[in-house]
Amino acid sequence: MLKFALAGNPNSGKTTLFNTLTGSTAHVGNWPGVTVDKRDGLYKKLEEPVSIVDLPGIYSLSPYTPEEVVSRNFILDEKPDCVINIVDATNLERNLYLTTQIMEIDVPIVLALNMMDVVKKRGDKLDAKKLEAETGLPVIEISALKTEGVQELMERAYAAAKEKREGKTVLQKSALAHVIDDVKIALKAQEVDNPLFHAIKLIEGDELEVKMHPSETRMVEEFKKQFADDVFAGDFEAMVADARYKYICAHFARAVTRSQSADTLSKSDKADKVLTHRIWGIPIFLVILFGLFHLTFGEDLLYLNSIFGFAKDIDTGNEVLNAFIAVFYSSAGISTPGVLVFNLMGFVTDQIGSLIATGLTNVHAAAWAQGLVNDGIWAGLSGVLSFIPQIMVLFLFISILEDSGYMARVAFILDRACRKFGLSGRAIIPMIMGFGCSVPAAINTRTLADEKERILTTRVIPFFTCGAKTPILAAVCGAIAARYTNINVDLLVFALYIFGMAMAVLMVAFMRQTTMRGEVPPFIMELPAYHAPQAHNLMAHLWDKLKHYIQKAFTIIVASAIIIWFLSNFSWNWKMVGIEDSILHDIGSFVYWICTPMGFGLQLSAFGWVFVVAAVTGLIAKENVIATFYVLAPAIGMLIPEWDDGESGIGAVVALMQATGITWQGLLGFTIFNMLTLPCLAAVTTVKAETPKGKFRYTIIFWALTSYITSSLVYVMLTWWWTAFIVAAVIALVVAYFILRNKGKINLSFRKKRRSVKTE
Amino acid sequence: MEKRLSEFIPGEKGTVVRVEGEGKIRRRLFDMGVTPSAEILLRKRAPLGDPLEIYIRGYELTLRKTEAACVVMEEKNA
Repeated sequence: MLKFALAGNPNSGKTTLFNTLTGSTAHVGNWPGVTVDKRDGLYKKLEEPVSIVDLPGIYSLSPYTPEEVVSRNFILDEKPDCVINIVDATNLERNLYLTTQIMEIDVPIVLALNMMDVVKKRGDKLDAKKLEAETGLPVIEISALKTEGVQELMERAYAAAKEKREGKTVLQKSALAHVIDDVKIALKAQEVDNPLFHAIKLIEGDELEVKMHPSETRMVEEFKKQFADDVFAGDFEAMVADARYKYICAHFARAVTRSQSADTLSKSDKADKVLTHRIWGIPIFLVILFGLFHLTFGEDLLYLNSIFGFAKDIDTGNEVLNAFIAVFYSSAGISTPGVLVFNLMGFVTDQIGSLIATGLTNVHAAAWAQGLVNDGIWAGLSGVLSFIPQIMVLFLFISILEDSGYMARVAFILDRACRKFGLSGRAIIPMIMGFGCSVPAAINTRTLADEKERILTTRVIPFFTCGAKTPILAAVCGAIAARYTNINVDLLVFALYIFGMAMAVLMVAFMRQTTMRGEVPPFIMELPAYHAPQAHNLMAHLWDKLKHYIQKAFTIIVASAIIIWFLSNFSWNWKMVGIEDSILHDIGSFVYWICTPMGFGLQLSAFGWVFVVAAVTGLIAKENVIATFYVLAPAIGMLIPEWDDGESGIGAVVALMQATGITWQGLLGFTIFNMLTLPCLAAVTTVKAETPKGKFRYTIIFWALTSYITSSLVYVMLTWWWTAFIVAAVIALVVAYFILRNKGKINLSFRKKRRSVKTE
Repeated sequence: MEKRLSEFIPGEKGTVVRVEGEGKIRRRLFDMGVTPSAEILLRKRAPLGDPLEIYIRGYELTLRKTEAACVVMEEKNA
């Protein structure tokens, strides 16, 4: 089967063209060894089906980013039958820069001139014939959006694939032509494939090439000496880039006639004036962000009910119908889109769940079978399902912001603030999404270019207290307030939220100083023109992002749910028992002493296992912690107080405080442990999928250690106030060490530089 | 008069004379079209003052002050 590769700049319409070409046959994975999207599919409207591979969006074939290395290796090693180079006609100069590099490879190429409709709308003219003559490549005008010209493009590509093409360079008339020829001949003599491409990369001093061809490198070095007095002082990398752009300006760009000067403001520029305004930029971002969360997680649409207070539960006399109505409208108000789909999924799973349950009772299934199906399999499955619709809504909003070009501006606005603690502006989006749910947040880290930055971000995402952890905070703080009346619940919950965020910032800074050292990645980024997002593209995005999660969910997550159900319902001799006699209880009593420094271990003597078990059940979903409290309090002989509503968990925590004698410091230790430790299994599996091979175990260790040490410190400091001074002193010492070391490092590198200047 | 891109004020225009700096950043600047003789207009600064937005070769590019400091410019008298 013939294989075509799609190459082009980011934002050139490559994804749209790929979706149009491949439709439902598209398959998304990762390139081997790197977390860069690998997408392939089939085009079936030619004589024979053709395989299409979508290369990552790139600006150049330099050796510096994984995307560029992947694309370059694919074209060189996998030898596609044709490269379809998609070129944004509204931005010809920069797009053709990549073309001049691909041209140097011995591979058939066709140019797909995209967004011609926009060019025409602007009143500009672009002569495709002229461009074809200048480049010597077939040029086809297309509109990926309106699917115009796509069939012609594929036919031309198919024809081109049948013929051999030898690499050509635009540097032929430059001062470098001579050395390029020499190196090319030398490489050809060694039967190297694509001699022209390798020769030019060698001359640029490309890291990957220099390692591969040491003898030719010497030849280039010789030649460099002759150029020492040139403007570029023998700097061939600059010379090559300059020669490419000069050639593009002189030859290709002449195909364009602009109707207006560059200084007139387009619609996009006008929008940008407001959205990245010096004063209003950040407030507007906060409002958009708040709106996004409100529409996804808010139960009271636009706060209409809080303002007008009209909502009440409707009673039709039919329970199922009542539940169905509550999906859209309840005493809390009118549901926002996110809550609506969440409720709808909950309604459906509840109905199916009760159908299964009654079915099992009717056929008189054994108690263990009923438990396994209802509380093990179905609870795990519906736990997974319940997330999906809301995640999709959140993703839809994020994708709209991403597609429209606003996300790049967010990075622009916030880069300065993020850089202070070692990240770039882009990282703020996944972190903020963490307040909703860690799963979409972790998936969103894909937009980060730098690998270290991506690992750092996925590690601290769980510290942004998600929707499922909030009930734990509310229950614990509520219970503490119920016993010690002089505490403000809201303030305490808020303080814990802030504490989580502070931990995220602190840990990023700490890792940047220790295991994840390195510069904040450079921030040289295109700000694409704003445009309306395309529904078709959005849906393709959504599906790409969710597919992986759903696959994992139905295997790992359901399996673990079953295991934890088994452990909490069975004793060692295979009898079904209450959780207080279960295997989980025994494991809990075996290891609970570890939790002593955090305030819920040996202090509680016989009841130490209670909180360990609750934390373990929280691994399936953090909501389970409260549910477990409700089961455990009566199980250890303490009734839930009557004033409790059976949902908030406050009564259950109060009962547990009375039964186990846990202190408020211990409860806070427990809460902080849950906030910072391994997130729920859904999030853990997602983070694993987004982490490069071999790094994930460190992420697990990081979560375990951070949560253990931090909650221990908090417990100890709250119980014995004077220990705060010791902790403060230790932290001060560590910070001082880092500062001194960094200063030392700066001096050292200065010295090194000076020395190297002298030797030169 | 020679001047660094990082010293430009919003609305100022100029031509690139040369690009300094270390391998990766420099190469990235070249790839994005910041090469000698390219015309640059400084559009604006971000709200917190740092990344800059420039107009070059028909599109908008953002870069940090530290990166802009690598670009030596020839000021254009409007």
